Amino acid sequence: MIRLEEISRTYDLGGRPVHALVGVTEEVAAGEHVAIMGPSGSGKSTLLNVVGCLDRPTAGSYFLDGREVAGLSESELDEVRRHRIGFLFQSFHLVGRLTALENVEIPMLFAGVPRRERRRRAVAALAAVGLAERADHRPDQLSGGERQRAALARATVMAPTILLADEPTGNLDTASGRQVLDLLDRMNDEGLTLIVVTHDPNVARRADRLIVLGDGRIAKRLPASEIHSLDELFAPEDEPGGRIEGRRGD
Amino acid sequence: MLSIPDIASFTWRSLSRHPLRSGLSLLGVAIGVAAVVLLTALGEGARRYVVDQFASIGSNLLVVVPGKVETSGAIPGIGGAPNDLTLADAEALGRRIASARLVAPMAAGTETVSHGGRSREVALIGTTASFLELRRLGMAQGRFLPEEEIGRGRAVAVLGRRVADELFPGRSPVGEVIRVGSWRFRVIGVLAPRGTQLGVDIDEVVLVPVVTAMRMLNRTSLFRVLISVAPGADLDTVAERVVELLTERHGEEDVTILTQDSVVGAVSGILNALNLAVAAIAGISLAVAGIGILNVMLVSVAERTGEVGLLKALGAGRRQILTVFLVESVLLSSAGGLAGLAAGYGAAELLTRLFPALPASPPLWAVAAAGILAVAVGGTFGLLPARRAASLDPVEALRRSG
Repeated sequence: MIRLEEISRTYDLGGRPVHALVGVTEEVAAGEHVAIMGPSGSGKSTLLNVVGCLDRPTAGSYFLDGREVAGLSESELDEVRRHRIGFLFQSFHLVGRLTALENVEIPMLFAGVPRRERRRRAVAALAAVGLAERADHRPDQLSGGERQRAALARATVMAPTILLADEPTGNLDTASGRQVLDLLDRMNDEGLTLIVVTHDPNVARRADRLIVLGDGRIAKRLPASEIHSLDELFAPEDEPGGRIEGRRGD
Repeated sequence: MLSIPDIASFTWRSLSRHPLRSGLSLLGVAIGVAAVVLLTALGEGARRYVVDQFASIGSNLLVVVPGKVETSGAIPGIGGAPNDLTLADAEALGRRIASARLVAPMAAGTETVSHGGRSREVALIGTTASFLELRRLGMAQGRFLPEEEIGRGRAVAVLGRRVADELFPGRSPVGEVIRVGSWRFRVIGVLAPRGTQLGVDIDEVVLVPVVTAMRMLNRTSLFRVLISVAPGADLDTVAERVVELLTERHGEEDVTILTQDSVVGAVSGILNALNLAVAAIAGISLAVAGIGILNVMLVSVAERTGEVGLLKALGAGRRQILTVFLVESVLLSSAGGLAGLAAGYGAAELLTRLFPALPASPPLWAVAAAGILAVAVGGTFGLLPARRAASLDPVEALRRSG
């Protein structure tokens, strides 16, 4: 489903090239649950943005469902993001002035879904993450866990095939984090392809497999069952200096 | 695919979230629109007032003025009229122009009128019996100047309402003798109140036979000859005949014919141009208001960078984001425009109540222009911020607000 071939992403930072991704080759099959780990500035977020078609690689090829993304027009990319991909962010990115329900309606608004249909599907999506009761609350009236669940409802209301989560539990306490992860697992069980960027080995352990990035390269690939501790993953030799891309990372 | 009501409701929240900020930038537009509406209402009121004055000439009336309007810019009736416009001319006009239903010669000047211990300055008008009907005046007491030979100068006078009231408070002046200048007149009637007509307050005149007035004022030329044209006759044709006849009599063309249409048209044109200028000046304030909107929208885009990044991640296209912010600024300026229209109309209405003589009502073109301009200001000045939002890099936008 997702095939990355020799993907590189170089930024120009004040006239100095910064290599956020260097020759990354990877494949993710439909329905897989993949975790991405790595130190700050290792290119995790950039990789997620490239996969999510928010960022374009400077070299290499990215095939999504067999179509090369570089060949897609801007409006085709909008289509892909609208219908194929859902995003979940560490900071939720809920629109503060809108209620949970209205936040969930946003993607449908831009996809031109009729008002009634929008309402119906948003209510269903909120119910699916256990927030039916909180639909009319604004984000500042919701707890962190509730906010991330509302964001999850929004990310999945268009029924995407891929969900990209960037530190989804980074701002949550353990209990609400677990609630969100359980929901993600359940959606993955139902066929949603899941790619999760995380610092937390407990989050990574839920994946089928783990990709460890270091300095924009894939440093390690290992099955999730072998994740034991962070120390083991980020051995000193995996993170040499010069983390300039850290400014762009998370 | 993105319906305007949907965007409007989406965007409304962002405006209503900052009521003070939105309100202030909206106020700018409101003031601009209100200024256009109110100032043009005043201008239009003044125009109508003046036009009404001239319209009271009567649509079937020709006014013969001695002197020819030349391209050199000489003003008719003032200075070098080569030939007098005489009583004989007026008589000839009445006799020889079949379509001239009524002809009233007019001599005019100012004199002091007194009775007993009271006296005052008045406009002295010398004319004939035709004047009453021709100017659609009515009598309050007594009778008007008698129908008689035009050259007959009897010492009788008709008083305007206010003149009568001031010289003879509480009693009828009919039959009394007054002094006008050094002449003595018997009052034979009082005009019904009429107010100002063509710049002359009819309530403040004293009317005497035309020959008498010319003698008193030491004039050889009439001030005007008024001709009421018979219904159905073509005004222009009659005017041509009048000029022909007087040219024949004087040996050259030395009179000017004014009609209600020509005067009203000229005056109305000047005042319309003035009003347009006033509207344009008021419109400039709308451009200033646009800068206020530009400012607010730039702040709004900067604040909502993260939201823009999110919308892009959710699949909103460049054009859709452009539309969202454009709708927001147009909504802002339109709300301001509506408030301004309401305020402008309210103020105009208030003025009309306070000064009923001035029919201050904004002309439709000004209202339409102000309204369209308000919307256009939102669209124009909203474009830059909207484009800025639309072209934000989503990764950067999300990161910056993260």
